[in-house]
Amino acid sequence: MSTPRLVEVRQNVLKQNDLLARSLRKRFADSAVLVVSFVSTPGAGKTALLEHTLRSLRETGLQVAALVGDLATDNDADRLARSKAPVRQITTGTVCHLDAAMVENALGDWDLAALDILFIENVGNMVCPSSYDLGENLRIVLLSTTEGEDKPLKYPTIFNTSDVAVITKMDLASVVDFDLEAARTNIQRVRPGMTTLEVSVKTGAGITNYLDLIVSHVKQKVSI
Amino acid sequence: MHELSIAMSMVEMATEECRRLGAERVTTLHLKLGLLSGVVKDALLFSYEIACEGTLLQGSSLLIEEVPARVYCPRCASEKTLESIQLFACPTCGELTPEVIEGRELLVVAIEIEEKPQVAEAIA
Repeated sequence: MSTPRLVEVRQNVLKQNDLLARSLRKRFADSAVLVVSFVSTPGAGKTALLEHTLRSLRETGLQVAALVGDLATDNDADRLARSKAPVRQITTGTVCHLDAAMVENALGDWDLAALDILFIENVGNMVCPSSYDLGENLRIVLLSTTEGEDKPLKYPTIFNTSDVAVITKMDLASVVDFDLEAARTNIQRVRPGMTTLEVSVKTGAGITNYLDLIVSHVKQKVSI
Repeated sequence: MHELSIAMSMVEMATEECRRLGAERVTTLHLKLGLLSGVVKDALLFSYEIACEGTLLQGSSLLIEEVPARVYCPRCASEKTLESIQLFACPTCGELTPEVIEGRELLVVAIEIEEKPQVAEAIA
């Protein structure tokens, strides 16, 4: 029997993903496209908000497109396509999150320079997507009023890796006794300083503020 | 549950290193796991065993060093360890702070390998 020998490795397990995400981020920067991703539980309203977003931003003359991830079916892509914006579906099969390689594969040779904003809708999941950098510039976490105001405390990591929180389904807040102040406090506990907005896609409340925030991140195209 | 794919990446990394060193098998894998990594320790331990099957790591143990979340407190001007990841506040003065210094690690620190017994055989 030989004696075991200890060998130092020191490698990040997600190194491959992080390297790929870095190269995607560079590609996005070179094309001057803003990349915004959405994460939330299943059913928090990602697709509804995204459909509304694509339609409204197209009306303002911005070139927008979306990649949408799901375990199965292309129902979400069909819904988003109603906005007339280009949409590509990523079906992950049994995988519960998107990773940088899936995004790269789905992008293929898409001419990103023709776009102002590319949206990425992650698979509905509050745990796994937090570990995977997709190269996005802005990660928005959605919290719907029907889920309860303590979600940030239950899933601190996803809030902590996101840049902006959007509370959705505000039209239902009073029906489900949603405590907005408690939700805001909980978000600040797990991600101090996080920008938090409230919207209702159904009534349109808060949507203007939310769209303004996204547009404020759009990069200036460098004219050659 | 993405722990299985993470365990598989760990096994892949260790296998590559084991082959590179010309060793026979990996007996232990040392991992640093941050509390903010989004990876659940128990699920990872469970997945690890499955991921090791039929590889050079079969039967190996996974030793996890959990890394607490550390933040920088601007008011105390020093690094502090969070008491809970449900509250990003300085445990000394209570100031909320988003500046994470440590706790996102998902790092294969080292492996323990068994060399091929050629040398011993040659002597015998």
